[in-house]
Amino acid sequence: MIKTNRIFRRGWQLTLLSLAVSAFLGAGDEGTRFNSLGHRLMCVCSCSQILLECNHVGCTYSDRMRGELMASLDRGENDDLALQDFVQKYGPTVLAAPTAVGFNRVAWIMPFLALALGLMTTIFIVLAWKRRPALAAPGGVMPVSGGDLEHFRSQARKDTEL
Amino acid sequence: MSQIGSFALLLALALSTYSFLAGATALALPGPGSERLGETARRAGIATFAVVFLAAFVLVISAFQDDFSIAYIFHHSNRDLPAPYKFATLWSGQEGSLLFWSLLLAAYGLVLRLRHKTDTRLFAYASAIIAGVQIFFLLLLNFAAHPFALMLGELPADGAGLNPLLQYPEMVIHPPMLYLGYVGFTVPFAFALGALIMRYPGEKWIRITRRWTMVTWAFLTCGVFLGAHWAYSVLGWGGYWGWDPVENASLMPWLTGTAFLHSVMMQEKRGMLKMWNMWLIFATFWLAILGTFLTRSGIISSVHAFAQSSIGGWFKWFLLLTLATFTFFFFKNKSHLRSEHKLESLISRESSFLFNNLLLLLACFTVLWGTWFPLISEYVQGNKVTVGPPFYNKVAIPVALLLLLLTAVGPLLAWRKTSFESLKRNFMWPALGALAVGILMVIFGVRPWQDISYLYALMAAMLATLVGLAVASEFIRGGRVISRHTGQGLLASMVHLFHRNTRRYGGYIVHFGVAVVIVGILGTPFNQGKEQEMGFGDKMTIGPYTLLCESYTQDDNPNYSNEWAIISVFKGDRKIDTMYPERRFYKASQQPQTLPRIRSSYKEDLYLTYEGLNEQTGRPILKAHLNPLVMWLWVGVLIMIGGTLLGLIPNAAPLRVAAPARIQPAPAGAVD
Repeated sequence: MIKTNRIFRRGWQLTLLSLAVSAFLGAGDEGTRFNSLGHRLMCVCSCSQILLECNHVGCTYSDRMRGELMASLDRGENDDLALQDFVQKYGPTVLAAPTAVGFNRVAWIMPFLALALGLMTTIFIVLAWKRRPALAAPGGVMPVSGGDLEHFRSQARKDTEL
Repeated sequence: MSQIGSFALLLALALSTYSFLAGATALALPGPGSERLGETARRAGIATFAVVFLAAFVLVISAFQDDFSIAYIFHHSNRDLPAPYKFATLWSGQEGSLLFWSLLLAAYGLVLRLRHKTDTRLFAYASAIIAGVQIFFLLLLNFAAHPFALMLGELPADGAGLNPLLQYPEMVIHPPMLYLGYVGFTVPFAFALGALIMRYPGEKWIRITRRWTMVTWAFLTCGVFLGAHWAYSVLGWGGYWGWDPVENASLMPWLTGTAFLHSVMMQEKRGMLKMWNMWLIFATFWLAILGTFLTRSGIISSVHAFAQSSIGGWFKWFLLLTLATFTFFFFKNKSHLRSEHKLESLISRESSFLFNNLLLLLACFTVLWGTWFPLISEYVQGNKVTVGPPFYNKVAIPVALLLLLLTAVGPLLAWRKTSFESLKRNFMWPALGALAVGILMVIFGVRPWQDISYLYALMAAMLATLVGLAVASEFIRGGRVISRHTGQGLLASMVHLFHRNTRRYGGYIVHFGVAVVIVGILGTPFNQGKEQEMGFGDKMTIGPYTLLCESYTQDDNPNYSNEWAIISVFKGDRKIDTMYPERRFYKASQQPQTLPRIRSSYKEDLYLTYEGLNEQTGRPILKAHLNPLVMWLWVGVLIMIGGTLLGLIPNAAPLRVAAPARIQPAPAGAVD
């Protein structure tokens, strides 16, 4: 029993390790980093396109910027430093998305906050509707319920499915 | 000619003002003569169409006659512009597109006014509201963005020409489709506001509005995806959606319009969500106006935007006025909008519609927030930031995946209550199919743990499969029942099934189309791109293809000069195609343009762009993309449009629906 547990534990650890190794495969590869960082920057030629996707005919910026990005990676700079170089040279609009720093954090938080609020509101509405008393039919007669209602419900389902 | 156009616009303003005032007076003060007054208002609305049409006609004729005395024609046309683009001059600039908007609104109003006998009073309200909206656009045209303004000084010999990016066949169809969608949502809004003001009894107005809404939604869907196709075919970056503010502006009313199309079913069938639907259709109309405000005011920079102008102020006031008007009538009459039923179960179609609306509105909010955040940031921090694809991809994709899940589950849920057993029974095979697809994808090399975009692609594939199989199971299950009763084959039975409830099954086809669109999008993380100098005889390899540069050739016509690269495409040793990516130089506007060439197959698109010459070496540069599965995006859109059109077909036979039975109390003295 103890041996089985140990084998199971080792197997689980090995699986996690393999997953972790696979997850980080390619993470340090320079081509992958260039591609990843290049898609986090905007071309400043006013084409409003991602740097690596700029197809503005006659663009004088994108080639130079790509060269600068490659040079940053060749210098061994990490992602944050490489991006910071661009911000210092071209301004904050060179980044394709707001940073998660200061007021810019609000950009990222708001959609998830909206989801949480929306979810809570929806659940509240659902619960409020469920608690609502059944409406009385005209003439003071109570609506059909129980077995008769199930019968009519399945009949209606059959009819409308056809 | 310009005088005729100017006069027509003034007359149109007078007619629509009369239509609004007379119509509103006739409705507000019923009495002897009000019917006649209302009739004159209706006819004035019809006449508005004729006069606006005249103004648009004059503008188009002026383009064909190269009348450069009109400033608008000078700025957007030239002598050598091909005829289809001269026609498209009508919507290629600020003033012309506003005139086109006004024309479409008048056309929708014409159809509505001709069909007024469907429900005279409701249509009278809607007609007056449409006239009110028309007044705004005609005020703009007459006083802020006049399409017939004249050139000052010496008449130019030729025009400045049309932007090269707009000289593409889709220019002739994409804006009209988009505007038919944008403008079209004015009609269901007018019906909704009219029903609210008159405290319309019952839900008949929803049934009247339904077809308008579906047609409008179909036009907007067509317009949005034509725009994506145009971007893909012309811009040359290999993508079709850049989350540009103007692209976002078209997506927002589409999202709320989609939510409205779903939640009105709840109001129709269960008398629920009445207040919610009122706000939803108002939001759709309001976002359509907001979208055109964004495009025209210049407050947000975009490659799509018209030149910055002063009409932003006009739009701001109109947006505020419509919001105030709607809010006033909503709070005045909201007691009329109480729900008639209660929710019986969390696992029900009603709940799924609620969550569907939540997610669609969340997606809309995300897009709205991302579009406006640069301005908010500038106001708060003093500097603008960019909110581009990395933001939307991180936030919008999870929402889209949840929506896709609901798309699969929702139709399988019954109204009021669904048992777990029923859900398990209906869901089992689609779920197993989806799981099988996921496993196959991992076996064939997709590693979701390597990158989150691969995980999203895997989830999207599984959920798209779930939707497709759920839709198929609905058709098959229903078809089997009919087949048992009638003895017809399964296929014939499914067609019969469709005919008995075209809206429902047309809707299922639309859902299937959405799943196919998702298949087209999920290949994005696996796109490949390569750029290389390609002289005569040089080769480039991308994926399974080898590209051989055979030659380059030039041509010239009065509109532009151009250069083609002649590229032979090989798969292995076998030549499969020759492609001609092109560069143009437009003479009138002195602007260059690249035109990619695309070889589509069900597996992938081979996408070639001729970038021009390397400045240092003088050698031509070719860019190649390999984009998997993109073709399915366009196929999916066609299925969506097809499903919507099929859903408009009247049912073949009326549906029998069991009415709640009334149990009569037993008479006194009756024996149990």
